[in-house]
Amino acid sequence: MTTVTLTINGNQVSREVEPRLLLVHYIREELNLTGTHIGCDTTSCGACTILVDGKAIKSCTMFAVQAAGRNLETIEGVAKDSLHPLQEGFWEKHGLQCGYCTPGMIMTAKAFLAENPDPTEDEIRWAISGNLCRCTGYTNIVESIRYAAQKLRQPEEKVAS
Amino acid sequence: MTTEVTTSTPVEISGMGHRMKRKEDPRFIQGAGRYVDDIKLPGMLYLDIVRSPYAHAKILSIDASEALALPGVVAVITGEDLKKAGNLHWMPTLMSDTQMVLPIEKVVYYAQEVCVVIATTRYIAADAIELVQVEYEPLPAVVDPFEALKDEVIVRDDKEKKTNHVWHWEAGNKDATDKVFTEAGHTVHEKMHIPRIHVASIETCGMVADWDKINDRLTIYMTSQAPHAHRTVISLVSGIPEHKIRVISPDIGGGFGGKVPVYPGYVCTIVASLVTGKPVKWIEDRSENLQADSFARDYHIDAELAADANGMITGLRVKTLADDGAADAAANPSKFPAGLYSIGTGSYNMKAAHFEVDAAYTTKPPGGVAYRCSFRVTEAVHMIERMTDIMAHDLGEDPAQFRMKNFIKPEQFPYASPTGWEYDSGNYGGALQLAMDMVGYDELRKEQLEKRARGELMGIGISSFTEVVGAGPSKDFDILGIKMFDSCEIRVNPTGNAIARIGVQTQGQGHETTFAQIIAQELGLPASAIRVEHGDTDTAPYGLGTYASRSTPTAGAAAAMAARKILAKAKKIAAHLLEASEEDLEWDVDKFVVKGAPSRSKTIQEIAFAAYTNHPQGMEAGLEATNYYDPPNLTFPFGSYICVVDIDKGTGEVHIRRFVAIDDCGNIINPMIVEGQIHGGLTMGMAPSLFEEIVYDENGQNLSGTFMDYLLPTSMETPKWELGRTITPSPHHPFGAKGVGESPTVGAPPAIVNAVVDALWHLGVRHVEIPITPQKIWKILRDNGIDGD
Repeated sequence: MTTVTLTINGNQVSREVEPRLLLVHYIREELNLTGTHIGCDTTSCGACTILVDGKAIKSCTMFAVQAAGRNLETIEGVAKDSLHPLQEGFWEKHGLQCGYCTPGMIMTAKAFLAENPDPTEDEIRWAISGNLCRCTGYTNIVESIRYAAQKLRQPEEKVAS
Repeated sequence: MTTEVTTSTPVEISGMGHRMKRKEDPRFIQGAGRYVDDIKLPGMLYLDIVRSPYAHAKILSIDASEALALPGVVAVITGEDLKKAGNLHWMPTLMSDTQMVLPIEKVVYYAQEVCVVIATTRYIAADAIELVQVEYEPLPAVVDPFEALKDEVIVRDDKEKKTNHVWHWEAGNKDATDKVFTEAGHTVHEKMHIPRIHVASIETCGMVADWDKINDRLTIYMTSQAPHAHRTVISLVSGIPEHKIRVISPDIGGGFGGKVPVYPGYVCTIVASLVTGKPVKWIEDRSENLQADSFARDYHIDAELAADANGMITGLRVKTLADDGAADAAANPSKFPAGLYSIGTGSYNMKAAHFEVDAAYTTKPPGGVAYRCSFRVTEAVHMIERMTDIMAHDLGEDPAQFRMKNFIKPEQFPYASPTGWEYDSGNYGGALQLAMDMVGYDELRKEQLEKRARGELMGIGISSFTEVVGAGPSKDFDILGIKMFDSCEIRVNPTGNAIARIGVQTQGQGHETTFAQIIAQELGLPASAIRVEHGDTDTAPYGLGTYASRSTPTAGAAAAMAARKILAKAKKIAAHLLEASEEDLEWDVDKFVVKGAPSRSKTIQEIAFAAYTNHPQGMEAGLEATNYYDPPNLTFPFGSYICVVDIDKGTGEVHIRRFVAIDDCGNIINPMIVEGQIHGGLTMGMAPSLFEEIVYDENGQNLSGTFMDYLLPTSMETPKWELGRTITPSPHHPFGAKGVGESPTVGAPPAIVNAVVDALWHLGVRHVEIPITPQKIWKILRDNGIDGD
């Protein structure tokens, strides 16, 4: 067993875990943050995407011990006093159906918009190409991210529908 | 022009037709959804499954001693154990066949469940399955159903009849069809295979079973599209009385048909909880999911289409072999072993048709669950839309014009099809004309000619499909004897809000929103004041569940009918309150008004309060109703899709440049949700057309067991879908709706294939099998002397 201490959604946590424990299981089962999902086990689907030091990573392919001392953000930490523009965008633009891929999509988009605040549609499609959605056909996910990008750039202005 | 959706309620009420944002979304966008794997109970154990490395093998021995010695392992359960527990080693399938839960004599498919391990953690369970020693004697596999019919290798030697032939089924009139073919001016013939595919919802299957010995209760959290039906099946298989079983289907991460059947893992998880007296969790990993369950299609089709000298279609003759895998565990209504395949005369008027389907066992996992498809309609639509296109090309007619002249005309509805269906309503020409206008059909044909002259490959493909959904009328439709009605219970509270419980179960379709809108339309209560609950057999009325695009046609109708019962009572209460006779009252959106005296009215909220505080003497208090809706007929959504493809001669890659989809699903509850369903359905129509196939080698090994081998479309491959609509209400549905979830998945594949063949027809190509991979096209081009330059 080994101690893994890290910061997640602004809180420092510490757990005794097996060195082989996957980060996604540390988050879901040790910390009970079940918004991060598991969909494939092969780093293909992106349902487990979280932010590690601001970068989007697939937490099914990282050991918990590798995240020791780092700063993590999961879907549970995205809304502050109110919904994040990405969460708002997914709701407004019908960017989700069953909701299973949604947390991973939002985390991927959050890291992407931090790097590219004014993306084209093609750039958005490329950014989320590592996250699979079986319900929406992606069209409305792209719209949701565009909505959020515009709102993050011009928070005071009404976002065009 | 696309038909606009009209509304008759203000946005504050948000009845039918409003683009209401989904009520379920706040939990999903904040990571607060509750899926099966999120459920954690005190003392919960974990189950993992030892699976067969062979497609067909005798089991000589199972030695679990090493696994049992591993600290944390609680139990190992084998087929022998299940047999001793009351012959639980076999279970019935939905089609009244049998399927092994755990084997004793032999395994009949690769990745078959051999035995299960229960341990204190997920990781220990995974370690322990590696320690179970199973000795096998491999037997020859039979992967091809045509080979299987030679009966050289018998898959199911547990059966009395030693044959792999499972059943034979026919529809239509053979003699009349043969006569039409004898007299035909022109006939076309084609063979096509609709390969085995997998629903691959992003959430796999799983369960938490919790046997409470003290209170004598079994609570089951399950990835279930049909919780009530599953409760009944679990009761029948286990012998536990149904009232002691509670099935909860929590948030479901996509279903598409894969979560309709009962799989061996579910039964083992229940047994494990009964044996250990503890809650037990089983969650499939992706490879298990892609290798062992949730398979669809696998139809080998041989079709002929006849036309007269004027190019009018006269008849259709179809023979088909269905590959069932090792059990007929298809998800079809009991009387329909080939589902609703005989809808295959499609959108076309013809004199006669005849369908014959045979099914074969092979050493593959049971197939035949849906892949976003209402009971084999996808196979039927693929066949007829390909055949129509081949006929048009053969006759040198434009495929659009050929369809137009052969369509069933609007005035022919209700239309009696040659295979016995009564189509409720349709305007096929209207949908195709709209699609042609939107895509700019005539210009595209000109462009195609110019490009062909320059040696470029461009194709335009059409699919004008007719769906059949909303199963179904109790006269013909049941699953294991249970009639395919569906239900809704509404309780209006004294303070003017309501709770509705439904027998269907959402997996992303947005029922919590759309059912509130249906009731808002009927009762005038704001949709925001109506809470919709589903998926808990302890609270919801009995229903058959959500699949086959049946929620709106069945339970949606039940919601409207229950609301109408409430409104009838509300009218009596209003008459009492207004001291008027019922005949003098009229309904106006959300209130009863005295005719000719608009100032005298009672709102639904006032009436609800009075139902508990001031109801007429002699009337029962309260304001609630339940309806079990038995549809008088199925519904027949339809649409016309036009796909434009460009083919890269160098790589063989097919690029979808445009895809225009006109859908007609009757009246629309929420256009935003309908459009979302169509986007997703089109993507799941494109997927097997271009990418997805479950492939087996000659030994029956699954070669598509991960998302690195089984290719789901990403955002990069998925085009931007262009949607339009016409609205032709169903005349028999209470609010004229038809259902939409599966239409696009059913309609899209032949549009894509027709576009590809259209691009290659001048080379002599008549048909290309799906999935249309770059390799297939590359080979066709090279065989025709076309290289990449």
